[in-house]
Amino acid sequence: MNLMSWGMYPKIKSTVFKFDKKKTLRKIINEHDKLIPYGNGRSYGDSALSSNIINVRPKDYFIDFNEETGLLHVQTGVLLLEILESFVPRGWFLKVTPGTKLITVGGAIASDIHGKNHHIEGCFSECIKEFKIMLADGEVVTCSKEATPELFRVTCGGQGLTGIILDAKIYLKKINSQYINQTTIKTKNLKETFKAFEDYKDKPYSVAWIDCLAKGDKIGKCLLMVGDFRDDGKLNYKVKKQKSISINFPSFVLNNWSVRVFNWLYYGKVKQKVSKQIVDIDTFFYPLDAIGNWNLIYGKSGFTQYQFILPKESSYEGLEEILTAISKSGKGSFLAVLKLYGKANDNYLSFPMEGYSLALDFRIEKSLFCLLDKLDEIVVKYKGRIYLAKDVRVSKETFEKGYPKIESFRQYRKENKMDSKFQSLQSKRVEI
Amino acid sequence: MSYILIIGAKSDIAKAIAREYAKHGYDLYLAARNADELKEFADDISVRTQRMVKLVELDILEYKSHKNFYRNLEDKPLGVISAIGYLGEQEKAQADFTEAQQIMDTNYTGVVSLFNIIADDFEKRKNGFIVGISSVAGDRGRKSNYIYGSSKAALTTYLSGLRHRLYDARVHVLTVKPGFVATKMTKGMDLPEKLTAQPEVVAEDIYKAQKKGKNTLYTKWIWKWVMLIIKNIPEHVFKKTSL
Repeated sequence: MNLMSWGMYPKIKSTVFKFDKKKTLRKIINEHDKLIPYGNGRSYGDSALSSNIINVRPKDYFIDFNEETGLLHVQTGVLLLEILESFVPRGWFLKVTPGTKLITVGGAIASDIHGKNHHIEGCFSECIKEFKIMLADGEVVTCSKEATPELFRVTCGGQGLTGIILDAKIYLKKINSQYINQTTIKTKNLKETFKAFEDYKDKPYSVAWIDCLAKGDKIGKCLLMVGDFRDDGKLNYKVKKQKSISINFPSFVLNNWSVRVFNWLYYGKVKQKVSKQIVDIDTFFYPLDAIGNWNLIYGKSGFTQYQFILPKESSYEGLEEILTAISKSGKGSFLAVLKLYGKANDNYLSFPMEGYSLALDFRIEKSLFCLLDKLDEIVVKYKGRIYLAKDVRVSKETFEKGYPKIESFRQYRKENKMDSKFQSLQSKRVEI
Repeated sequence: MSYILIIGAKSDIAKAIAREYAKHGYDLYLAARNADELKEFADDISVRTQRMVKLVELDILEYKSHKNFYRNLEDKPLGVISAIGYLGEQEKAQADFTEAQQIMDTNYTGVVSLFNIIADDFEKRKNGFIVGISSVAGDRGRKSNYIYGSSKAALTTYLSGLRHRLYDARVHVLTVKPGFVATKMTKGMDLPEKLTAQPEVVAEDIYKAQKKGKNTLYTKWIWKWVMLIIKNIPEHVFKKTSL
């Protein structure tokens, strides 16, 4: 079968396994190597691709919910969208959510995802009470920060390389509205952008949209959006029907000029320096989910997202250098998302650290890899790291320099015989 | 009265229908053989929707039990949906009548036995709806599955007659004719992607069609046109094809 990731690159053939009972899963694990769990296929690169894939998406049962504590028990294949659909009308929201609701709970754990509130709430692993995981020997372990601290640290952010997560208990948070008071701040350059992030860092949610093609003294100009939930009791949330793009766009549609026009329109729409809006959950958290298959706009060859983070002290210099390099290359990025993060956690492979992260989308083309290698050099120079959930091409050397706990991760996998059992194209490339 | 009775509740289409109706605020009876195996699924729906989900034991081939089965439902359902279906194996059914009979009795005789009882009650109380899942396979006999197809053809005819009878009682009958659906039943078959529906989509279509009071629903919609063509191929041509 051909399962692809969100970037539609690479395209490979794999054997896809499904399981109903634990017994079936144990048999699959016993009999096969090079296995990797696959959820809803929304990681961008090759972290969930391998010759043997275990599709966990069909495991989508809700098991229990405690109205007092907000503790929700679900199977691994449940989508965040399904949680929102059932629980926003009842006044509950995810403590941590990424920019799409179309990922599974298992995927959220495996990438230890973060959201617009990372500086306040941290990563997804912060809201996990415990989860069950089947390890390389077929044993099922209930894993929590307290009971099995090391397994917790390797698995959260471990890209599915430690076993198959079966179900998880996660805490939801109370909300009293499905609307958000949003403030939009328009800045003229990177200096203003950084200042705006600092000025608004008490706001629970924040994210900036950056114009990557700006040049000279306009480099780093952005729209910073910050917000918090309203308290108006309006909870009538319904998942909107997605619009979809019916064909792959020919690759010339998205070029330097069309992106330039898009950016100009988007940025120019906002007239005031600071403006206020009331927006709903989907508009604020999940703008791209409105178009079901927006990945098709990059054409048949697919695309990748390059997301890196730099420590706070070197962020300004580093970002300036990287934005200049991108601007010079003329390679258009539709979306460039900038965000200030809070402190790093203890997990071995979690992406966030205190500093600024930038995420850029690029269409796959030959000349792209050269640019990304150049960007890698700058990221390494400023002691930054690359996000595995988005990556499809980073070298072992670049990757390792960003993750100081990598040897502990490798050792744990080896000791527990996970290294041959669970593998992805990505894990082979960066040798983890 | 907010219960919907779903029979053949273990099938993938039935499960999707159950979630769809619960999402829209209905309580559910899920009827199947060894219904207790649906416990986790029932919990799933309750946690998602806070609806009541009751599991009820039903063997569609135990015709004599059907009266009691219906009598024992405490709150009589607002509507009933049958997702009963047994594809069987065509070649086996040709050689072994037991298999042929199993196909016919499951898809047709059993459903008729139960629907007769429910139709009487709905007719008396003058409301309710009945949804029967038939199949496009009932629209024309083909060598690859005509035993299954003929049992579904019989069901389609039964449902249209039932619709005619219950019209005056304001009880609505919907005939559903799914094409290919990606379920356990079709697992391992090489189905054309464009013609194959996911069970969730079928469930959504059924909910909408039932609400609108449609008589016959093809799902995916394209099957209406596919079958129109297939039905209109002259027999002397059709018999030479390998469809």
